Amino acid sequence: MPINYYIGLALALFMIGVVGVLTRKNAIIIFMCIELMLNSVNLLLVAFSKMHHAMPGAAANTGIDGQLFVFFTMVVAAAEVSVGLAVIVMMYRNIHSIDINFLNRLKH
Amino acid sequence: MGITQILFWILSVMALGGALLVVVSKNPVHSVLWLIAVFFAISGHYILLNAQFLAVVNIIVYAGAIMVLFLFVIMLMNLNTIGEKRKNKVLQLVGGIAGGCLLLVLVAALRNTEISQNIAQTGGGDIGLIKNLGKELFTTYVIPFELSSILFLSAMVGAVVLGKKD
Repeated sequence: MPINYYIGLALALFMIGVVGVLTRKNAIIIFMCIELMLNSVNLLLVAFSKMHHAMPGAAANTGIDGQLFVFFTMVVAAAEVSVGLAVIVMMYRNIHSIDINFLNRLKH
Repeated sequence: MGITQILFWILSVMALGGALLVVVSKNPVHSVLWLIAVFFAISGHYILLNAQFLAVVNIIVYAGAIMVLFLFVIMLMNLNTIGEKRKNKVLQLVGGIAGGCLLLVLVAALRNTEISQNIAQTGGGDIGLIKNLGKELFTTYVIPFELSSILFLSAMVGAVVLGKKD
């Protein structure tokens, strides 16, 4: 497949994630939109790694770095989710809501 | 139009439709289920690109572990009765316009780049096999791999400290 199809798909997924973060109020859904953006970038990294692998004159392991970066992104995302959900649970325990509009105490 | 193209378009429609439904769903549980569908579609893309290890890890880690964690938290909070009050239409419109502008700019910038006609190899190529990835991971990338274990340990401690009573 031409690489620009993958670029378009990843951009569209990333854009949906950005719009979700900007428009939704529920903290958990905002968090899921962040996961969506991470996944669109992962998809693009894999597509680029296969693109460089298919270039003429590429070595046997050209492009393997891209796939390892995706692996490390997943590691970081898993750690981020565990801490982030703990923060959301704490927030629910304190203000009995996960609407981010109530998180305006830093303003005062 | 070969089988690869057909699969690519089917998986792309699945991913985009699922992502849209994640954003527009009223019920957070439905959002989680649609996000799992998106992850399965992305795993299908990985298989199409012959990145088998990442496809399996994506299903196990994302669709399996992370999304179950999300479901746990949502069920724990019993959000179904709360819902989203005070919807701000202007904010939604501005968010949509901002995202659309971002997409427009990026597409316009990347449409005619030098690489845009290159081919991403589907099917062949064995860099995505677990043998080659593992060899690279435990030789060149062994330091980041060990560092990620420290990251996990600190994340675990952080989650326990945050989640403790008072």
